[in-house]
Amino acid sequence: MEKIAIIKYNAGNIFSVDSALKRLGIEATVTDDKNLIQQADKVIFPGVGEASTTMKYLNESGLSDVIKNLEQPVLGICLGMQLMCRHSEEGNANCLNIFDVDVKRFVSQKHEDKIPHMGWNNITDVKQPLFDPSLENEYVYFVHGFYVPLNEYTVATTDYILPFSASLHKDNFYATQFHPEKSGSVGERILTNFLKL
Amino acid sequence: MLAKRIIPCLDIKDGTTVKGINFENLRNAGDPVELGMKYSKEGADELVFLDITATFEGRKTFTDLVKRIALNINIPFTVGGGINELQDVDRLLNAGADKVSVNSTAIRNPLIIDQIAQNFGSQVCVCAIDAKFDGDKWMCYTSGGRNLTDKELFTWAKEAQDRGAGEILFTSMDHDGVKEGYANEALAQLSELLNIPIIASGGAGSMEHFRDVFEQGKADAALAASVFHFGEIAIADLKSYLRQEKINMR
Repeated sequence: MEKIAIIKYNAGNIFSVDSALKRLGIEATVTDDKNLIQQADKVIFPGVGEASTTMKYLNESGLSDVIKNLEQPVLGICLGMQLMCRHSEEGNANCLNIFDVDVKRFVSQKHEDKIPHMGWNNITDVKQPLFDPSLENEYVYFVHGFYVPLNEYTVATTDYILPFSASLHKDNFYATQFHPEKSGSVGERILTNFLKL
Repeated sequence: MLAKRIIPCLDIKDGTTVKGINFENLRNAGDPVELGMKYSKEGADELVFLDITATFEGRKTFTDLVKRIALNINIPFTVGGGINELQDVDRLLNAGADKVSVNSTAIRNPLIIDQIAQNFGSQVCVCAIDAKFDGDKWMCYTSGGRNLTDKELFTWAKEAQDRGAGEILFTSMDHDGVKEGYANEALAQLSELLNIPIIASGGAGSMEHFRDVFEQGKADAALAASVFHFGEIAIADLKSYLRQEKINMR
């Protein structure tokens, strides 16, 4: 059986990600042990929290270098995805620079633009392998106040205030701004696609 | 486009759902996990579980229940009831809840909103407000509507937002249980005043009421209990009706 590691660090929603994998019949290892992370067949990098505090923790614990140098498939979720970018406006944080793009703060254009972007929104222009074509226009669950603009690594797009990256992919690194672990059966299909890589 | 949300609310006492629930195809409709899973399969966008137990033993049962919910349910859920201090929030989030809802405690000690927002993020903090119109003003109540406070709805809601609440869950005590529609006028005013999402509660009796709370009340989400629990409205039917009415639904 494949070994799946979920990176444990000072961030929320790790239990939710672990539970989602359990529902798919997978017993993952929740760990901050560098060897266990490096030896896993796949790694999930979840996250709910604040960018600069979390980056400080990752740098001090040495997890930053471990994550950047992983060669197996890695899935960053929500803050995990933002931390995989170059820089975040949240706390002016220098991040892991796996994706050579910057994370911006949502700025409301009208009263109806509530921030954070919270709730179910649809994904478009989805690309394989994380998304199969049947996932085009499906709804997934978002909670975030910062976003990654569209760029060459965008593999799914969502529109809130402006079109932004719902998902990124480069080499062995995959990431979703939304929470597949909270996105019902659609989220389970996306997680399954990642686990099949 | 961001979808409007439909949220069933389950009241929990000593680990089981209360209110006269009668579902033929559920082995145990009293089990909040089974009922939650049923609603989730039917298309509910989020769930709210309110603990109405008052005892210490009951609290522990509720925490264990939250863990079971988190293990079994694949959509976001909020838990509320009996949150008195930050430690309670930590315990419930660790058990797997996505958000916590504070009501009476926040009125008595507004600082708890700041603390939740600072420690766990605004997105975790739902400020629930029960209010009643006294002919002149909407006044807030605590303890499940038993105690009148000196706080006025709009002032308090704005304060809660400024302190860091991520959402407001407003229940109109005048509309709750009457099944003649939500407090759309007050809701629209709240929506105009605030820039965080508003969950409307109290008054759902028909599918049209949901349409109206989104169109006239400008609510971001509509919460209901008995119309779902008694099987008067099926969530799947409700969502297809709302789609026909051009309301964006998942």
